[in-house]
Amino acid sequence: MITVQNRMIALVTGGSRGIGAAISKKLGTQGFHVIVNYVSNEAKANEVVHQIKEAGGSAEAMKFDVSHEDEIVQAMEEIAKVGTLAVLVNNAGISEDSLILRLKKESIDRTLQTNLVSAILLSREAVKLMMKHRSGSIIQISSVVGEMGNAGQVAYSAAKAGMIGLTKSLAKEVASRKIRVNAVTPGYIETDMTHELNETQKAAITQNIPMGCLGAASDVADLVGFLAGPQSHYITGQVIGINGGLYI
Amino acid sequence: MSANTEERVRTIICDQLAVEPEKVKPASSFIEDLGADSLDIVELVMTMEEEFDMDIPDEEAEKMKTVGDVISYINAKSSANH
Repeated sequence: MITVQNRMIALVTGGSRGIGAAISKKLGTQGFHVIVNYVSNEAKANEVVHQIKEAGGSAEAMKFDVSHEDEIVQAMEEIAKVGTLAVLVNNAGISEDSLILRLKKESIDRTLQTNLVSAILLSREAVKLMMKHRSGSIIQISSVVGEMGNAGQVAYSAAKAGMIGLTKSLAKEVASRKIRVNAVTPGYIETDMTHELNETQKAAITQNIPMGCLGAASDVADLVGFLAGPQSHYITGQVIGINGGLYI
Repeated sequence: MSANTEERVRTIICDQLAVEPEKVKPASSFIEDLGADSLDIVELVMTMEEEFDMDIPDEEAEKMKTVGDVISYINAKSSANH
């Protein structure tokens, strides 16, 4: 019988599309009750939940805005009532590309709030729950641009690089409680975000990728699935790239 | 009821720090005597807040070095509320 104690929950923020959707589906095959968080795309979130269930897994959609602290706290309280939080995937993120000369403060604030501050706050709330069970895995979805930089993405790459600092510090802080904290830095992955690039841009990018192609969201999902599961139990504080050799 | 408070505090501490009740005396220091680390202390304070239904501000929590400090604080705050 499934109880609050034995139902292991995996929360994926921004789980309705792209890498988040792929991660949600992957975790659904690993026995977690997946909470697919979304803020506006209810239809897509429900579709992901449906696909997880079709494949024999367990999931539900949960709407809350990661850029609002009170919504995060509320959501975590709800989650604590239905199960034991085992995995948090900080995937929600936005990108508002702009050369620095045109970069407005509101855009900087939005990008940092949604991508980085939310990850810190979510991690805080997750640690409160995971601490009691002496177990947990927190995974930041950072980006290759946080490691190597990218013209036109000053705010985004600052936020993504920030996630790396968050990962390392938090890992040291909570390791004694067997809570692992890691980051993955995807390179160019086929999703809505990269779909907006035109053919010329895509060709230019692919030229710089040693493996000569973009990655698939499911590739990132496989890595996150590994970090969420018991096989990676001795891995913490690490930043793992998945970029076809783009950054070595 | 101060005797009750001491018992409840002792139970929480034994539970969280995995120590025997005999070791938990009012004079026992969390870090030196009971082997707690900084995370343990934060966790303990949070559990006390839930158990005694009160808010314990960080500045106050920082002053709590011994079991007795916690008991005194809780007793003082509970009687202030009644």
